[in-house]
Amino acid sequence: MANFFDIRARQKEAAAAATSSKTPAQPENNRLQPWVEKYRPKSLDDVTAQDHTVTVLRRTLQSANLPHMLFYGPPGTGKTSTVLALAKQLYGPELIKTRVLELNASDERGISIVREKVKDFARMQLSNPPSGPAGEEYRKKYPCPPYKIIVLDEADSMTQDAQSALRRTMETYSKITRFCLVCNYVTRIIDPLASRCSKFRFKSLDEGNAGKRLEEIAKLEDVKLEDGVVNTLLRCSEGDLRKAITFLQSAARLVGAVQGKSDGGDKKRKRKTVEDDEDEDAMDVDGASNGSDVAITIQSVEEIAGVIPTPTIEGLITAMQPSSKGTVYGRVSKAVEDLVAEGWSASTLTTQLYDQIVIRDESIGDWQKSRIVLCFSETDKRLVDGSDEHLTILDLCLQIAGVLGQK
Amino acid sequence: MALLVDKHRPRSLDALSYHPELSDRLRALAASGDFPHLLIYGPSGAGKKTRISATLKALFGPGVEKIKIDSRVFQTTSNRKLEFTLVSSNYHLEITPSDVGNYDRVVIQDLLKEVAQTQQVDLSAKQRFKVVVINEADHLTRDAQAALRRTMEKYSPNLRLILLANSTSNIIAPIRSRCLLVRVAAPTVEEIEGVLKLVGEKEGLKGGAGLESRVARDCGRNLRRALLMYEAVHAQNDQISEKTPIPPPDWEALIEVIAKEMIEERSPARILQVRAKLYDLLTHCIPATTILKTLTFKLMPKIDDSLKADVVKWSAFYEHRIRNGSKVIFHLEAFVAKFMRLYEGHFMGMDLDFDD
Repeated sequence: MANFFDIRARQKEAAAAATSSKTPAQPENNRLQPWVEKYRPKSLDDVTAQDHTVTVLRRTLQSANLPHMLFYGPPGTGKTSTVLALAKQLYGPELIKTRVLELNASDERGISIVREKVKDFARMQLSNPPSGPAGEEYRKKYPCPPYKIIVLDEADSMTQDAQSALRRTMETYSKITRFCLVCNYVTRIIDPLASRCSKFRFKSLDEGNAGKRLEEIAKLEDVKLEDGVVNTLLRCSEGDLRKAITFLQSAARLVGAVQGKSDGGDKKRKRKTVEDDEDEDAMDVDGASNGSDVAITIQSVEEIAGVIPTPTIEGLITAMQPSSKGTVYGRVSKAVEDLVAEGWSASTLTTQLYDQIVIRDESIGDWQKSRIVLCFSETDKRLVDGSDEHLTILDLCLQIAGVLGQK
Repeated sequence: MALLVDKHRPRSLDALSYHPELSDRLRALAASGDFPHLLIYGPSGAGKKTRISATLKALFGPGVEKIKIDSRVFQTTSNRKLEFTLVSSNYHLEITPSDVGNYDRVVIQDLLKEVAQTQQVDLSAKQRFKVVVINEADHLTRDAQAALRRTMEKYSPNLRLILLANSTSNIIAPIRSRCLLVRVAAPTVEEIEGVLKLVGEKEGLKGGAGLESRVARDCGRNLRRALLMYEAVHAQNDQISEKTPIPPPDWEALIEVIAKEMIEERSPARILQVRAKLYDLLTHCIPATTILKTLTFKLMPKIDDSLKADVVKWSAFYEHRIRNGSKVIFHLEAFVAKFMRLYEGHFMGMDLDFDD
């Protein structure tokens, strides 16, 4: 609140660009921003899918009361986005700086930090919402409830000790501080902490919602998509929207090589427009002016996602089938050697092989499949432990070949 | 005198001799000004590093090649001091965090934040951001990778990461989903042959007699190894004929001997002999995984087809044990014993393998 006039100026900006929360100080960065950041939901209404969680949270917006929260779910389902959006809606751009503390795994989060930094922040006096006529307007727009929020992102990577140090802190300062834990694996949060929070499970995004969001972004960025690209994106990203958006952006960069070069000229114009217009509109003007005719193809998406082409996989499976021509070992070892030299990732290979053999192939009997699944489980464990990929994959393929040969 | 490998390393994207589509793509990325985080993976000797330095040059201009080596000291939470060397230019920074073992998280947290929070000083720089190249990203601990997650998003205006890895299996999904994955496949035999011929021509070495193609076939699609082998052959022989042998590295020769010994006789006494040789290899810093893998592939041509699957199975099994265990010689020896038993059982026509 040191600079009153500054705030006022900001207010005007905020009113002008109703939903845009970006500060105009860094417009040229937006172009370079990853789309994941650029299209992060700005309010709870923007959060894709997760209806249940959003409904509950929206109610807290009205009642201005909030429990401690624990968000968990697979990566790319919008956990961090939801918290940030909620914080933004609760406090607005001014107050968020003093009322929200975000700690993630990139910060030191040992027990000492919990004891000092978190505790200090938790017991700090509440900062006041801006006063004066501007402040009143501000308060009308944002509820500014009388508590602070501490967001512990990626909480499952906190040590047990650090987690237990939180226990009492959470209770003691619950009058003025709410905690929000975000994690992938709820089992790694110690029970005493989990029982203090109301849990929200974020489910994997269903195809419909995620697809809609992708199409929306593609339209805003003026990227042309071939038929089926959205489906391919969703298939490759396995319900992880962030991954899907990153793939989309990467693919757009690759096909839009020429488009990229003309950006330099456009940027100046954009800077001019940005002052009185919303960023995204300016972006659209850009896009339309150099709208490229190149569309993103399914192949380019698969290439980016590191999906192994179907013929390669089928070749490997054919090599595993028992036949009279040559030895099984000879054929399989050759195929595996080539795969490894091509640099395909072993984890992708196992996933795709699993798909082809266990799920799609109807000709293999149940008994054989169950034996094969055992091999897959062992292989996965070894890969995660960092075993040599060549040997592990060779072993997997030979074992599958062995099982197939037992017909 | 520089080695051929370094002397003829391509310096720009245009000079790269294979994977033209990949070069095009990297060039487009560098030119667009919209550079994502990259995760580059592929087998060793495929040219990952070369491609990165060429891309950096395309991004920032020749200034990138002016590098200096710094030594920095970091302090861990338990007040231990860590020495860490980093290679840097005005525009980029190259680190190998796995050098400091389990403390790589500290380095990642401190260093990256420091870099990310300062803006590019040089106003005439082509790009606003700095690039941090992380070598051996697949050897980063889970903690260090977790530390990267938010950093990659939060500081993206100032900082771009290029991660180098041999495989993506050990990289956690959240990181993978934040990067543009770039696969660098190993060059084919023909491509290696072409490169060797080109280098030979430039150096005025008399190749001929099909040496290039023999080296290319023997090198296991590893260009660096091919070049080293090629140079070694030339250094050892003045005249090169069709029969000039390509000397294998001496550790490979020793493993070959071990394989022969294991086939010849299967007895506890033989295990002791093999053990001495294995120790010899280990004391010369040959990684246990490499030993086991080479041994397995050396054994393969010598044994019956029906045994091969089993041998590979146990080889993979003990390789996993090596990775998880602490004393590698146990597992190497166990593999030797296991192999002997399998072979003996096969020889006597019965299954001695009770425990599986």
